[in-house]
Amino acid sequence: MLGRAEGRYDVVVVGGGPAGMGAALGARDSGAERVLILDREPEIGGILLQCIHSGFGLHYFREELTGPEYAERFLAKAIDQDIDLLTDSYVSGVTVDSSGRKAVRVMNEQRGILTLETRSVVLAMGCRERTRGAIRIPGTRPSGVLTAGFAQKLVNMMGYLPGKRIAILGSGDIGLIMARRLILEGCEVVGVFEIMPHSNGLTRNVVQCLDDFGVPLHLSTTVVNIDGRDRVERITVAPVGEDMAPIMERAWDVDCDTLLISIGLIPENELSRKLGIQLDEVNTGGPWVSSTMETSMPGMFACGNVVHVHDVADFVTREALLAGQFAGEWAQGIRRPIDNINLVPGDNLRYCVPHSLSPGREHTVYMRCREPMAKCKLRVGDLREKKLRYVFPAEMISLKIRPDLLDRFHGDTLRVDLVPRG
Amino acid sequence: MYDVAIIGGGVVGCAIARELSRYQLDVVLVEKCAEVGFGTTKTNSGIIHAGHHSPPDTLKGRLAVRGNQLFDALRQELSFGFRRIGELVVAQRPEDLPVLDGLKEQGRKKGVPGLEIWDRERLHREEPNLSMELLAALHAPTAGVINPYEFAFALIEHAVDNGVKLVVDAPVEKLDVAPDGITVHTPKGSFPARFVVNCAGVFADEIAGMAGLEEFHIHPRKGEEYMLDKRLQGLVRRLIFPVPSPKTKGTLIIPTFDGTIMVGPTAEDTQDRFDLSTTDAGAGKVFDFVRRICPAISPRDTIAEFAGLRAVSDTNDFIIGPTKVKGFINVAGIQSPGLTASPAIAEYVRDILKDEGLALDEKADFRRHVPCAPRFSAADLDQRERLVAENPLFARVVCRCELVTEAEVQDAIDRGARTLDGIKFRSRAGMGRCQGGFCASRCMTLLAERGGVPFHAITKRGGGSWIVAEMINEQHPRQGESEDESC
Repeated sequence: MLGRAEGRYDVVVVGGGPAGMGAALGARDSGAERVLILDREPEIGGILLQCIHSGFGLHYFREELTGPEYAERFLAKAIDQDIDLLTDSYVSGVTVDSSGRKAVRVMNEQRGILTLETRSVVLAMGCRERTRGAIRIPGTRPSGVLTAGFAQKLVNMMGYLPGKRIAILGSGDIGLIMARRLILEGCEVVGVFEIMPHSNGLTRNVVQCLDDFGVPLHLSTTVVNIDGRDRVERITVAPVGEDMAPIMERAWDVDCDTLLISIGLIPENELSRKLGIQLDEVNTGGPWVSSTMETSMPGMFACGNVVHVHDVADFVTREALLAGQFAGEWAQGIRRPIDNINLVPGDNLRYCVPHSLSPGREHTVYMRCREPMAKCKLRVGDLREKKLRYVFPAEMISLKIRPDLLDRFHGDTLRVDLVPRG
Repeated sequence: MYDVAIIGGGVVGCAIARELSRYQLDVVLVEKCAEVGFGTTKTNSGIIHAGHHSPPDTLKGRLAVRGNQLFDALRQELSFGFRRIGELVVAQRPEDLPVLDGLKEQGRKKGVPGLEIWDRERLHREEPNLSMELLAALHAPTAGVINPYEFAFALIEHAVDNGVKLVVDAPVEKLDVAPDGITVHTPKGSFPARFVVNCAGVFADEIAGMAGLEEFHIHPRKGEEYMLDKRLQGLVRRLIFPVPSPKTKGTLIIPTFDGTIMVGPTAEDTQDRFDLSTTDAGAGKVFDFVRRICPAISPRDTIAEFAGLRAVSDTNDFIIGPTKVKGFINVAGIQSPGLTASPAIAEYVRDILKDEGLALDEKADFRRHVPCAPRFSAADLDQRERLVAENPLFARVVCRCELVTEAEVQDAIDRGARTLDGIKFRSRAGMGRCQGGFCASRCMTLLAERGGVPFHAITKRGGGSWIVAEMINEQHPRQGESEDESC
């Protein structure tokens, strides 16, 4: 266990994945003196530690790293920056007094129940995987139905195979990466079944993890039954119509001993909800955040997958550095003007983050589209249009908004949307 | 030679074992699964019925009222989740109103306390999330909710503590009937006993058949249940029943002991005694039905679903009593309200055994209380501080969805959990919305370290329900994988 936590803090960061590490470094950069990262696992790094494949750091470091290497670089920086780290620690609550000072309640085996005082808090708890129960797959309940992330932990961290003959439901990135990983360990991957007419993972993962290994990707197809008394013996899959309803006459059986579930991620906001932080339940599933990544509670910031699910860790880092910067400033008594422009997603966007903007600063807005669209343009109110060749729900869209752009805007609600070109 | 061999470690077998453990008797309980309570018990809706549902002239009707009364004392002696939250039978149509009156009268005759008809206004004041279309309700304050698997574990732990021998992974293969007793043969050994009590649930007719008795048949009736996200905690405060049909008490809204809302069950007759599948049709029926009573319930909130089999006999009543095979006692056809009746069934069977010639001498050293394992999530802040001071492992959270600590998982293992489900049903680790995605590996590591089950041999629930295929690079074969037909 890494274990240093005492006294009063400027910034306490909940979660030690890429978001938490980025936020802590951002806070130190802003001049905050005393910064602490708390993590429930024995090691700092979060899910990066089980992502032993490469592809991390392409944006941020301009080189290709594995997940643990990416984590290691940030951990080294954190140690270099004198950031306190406390692992094996679970945050059970945060209280705020009338002067805005916060007390973070932490449970730790060696230290018991601790209360740590801090000026600002960054929530960086990441996300969790959707499970079989969330989509109610009919059938029996044998062992061998597990999320792709749990399989990844078993294989990469614990050294065990979850099965030998694997089917994968959903084409999320972790599922695609696990298809390749399990083939390399000698398993047979019988197919990936995706209910949507397009993959839910990055194109590079479809190519490098499925195409290169001859794993079939069955689009517009889903699992309609799981069979097996003790262990999975077979699944039934069926194509779906345009209404997403399975066409049972065309169903077929697939023999397998394992079904990996890779059907999406949900921001992990149990703590945020408990604290009474306002969540964007409908669009992102994460906290409502301002352009400084501050939540509805003053001095409480959030970043990374707890806010919205990112596809690349590098983007998490970028957002986290920003959140940390503002959390650090807040701790030092620096207040930015309150945002006066609400940012609202149009019909073709699932969400946009942050939820509000402020003139006079540069912003990066992150968005996700609902459906793939070719030859479209991103329209920011009447202020700006950006041509896009192709957008795809699995790949986040980001847009820089220059400081002077918002000077020309006089309303209070700015609508962002994708519109077809021509 | 044992005095009594009990076949089947469901809640009924466990209750009988615990009742008999008060006396100077050699008792063995054989269970086909890896742990007790893994059959019908685990999938039970977990309701302690007030007793007004079944007619007074049936055995199940009589035993349910007595059973309900016994739970307060049981809760003092044993550790399991139980709370009297009350029940409402709601009238959806004008023709339901006289049925409520009939149920009230039936309950009154049986001595069910506190029954009251609530009008529409009272109903909506007490349960504002129910549909405005409902007309009235019958309130039964003594109905309660229980974690049925915890109850089975508590009973068997108490029984074993008082000398009962428990043999798991022991499906009965054969019974040898002799003049001086009956021998129960299992892969885990043979157990000769003066009396055999058949509590084999949906397999009770097969076990009776092994003794040469073919007097009844069990017709499994499947029920599907759907667990909903904790987001809906507090949606209803009481058990919500529709007006019953002849076949079933209907599809219910159940606020479980732990605050999770559960909806179900369905009631479908099946020929397959292993059919624990859930179906699209079942989900459709459940949600269509309960949404008419409580519109805020949505299938989108499902976090888990499961199915169980009710052991319905041809008589539609419990079949409890001696048979023409000397020493062979049937405790069969225990469908609803079997869980409620179980402690009363145990007393009833004890008296039958006595009538059949079993001497019942109370043990002087009977240990009445089993210390209650503290539950961290239910403790207030001061209690939490104390728990952590006593045992620092209370500060290590294993399951974040249900806030289960390592101290509680260790306790589950120490109390006998040997499978992932065994840990889950004792400690709740893995029961929340992530369904074990984060904590399963930790529970497996603890089970290997503390429970002595090698990591690669850990199963979900025994038998062939293996979790990992092999160790990478070492080609470590799975051990402990039996060829048994398991549950």
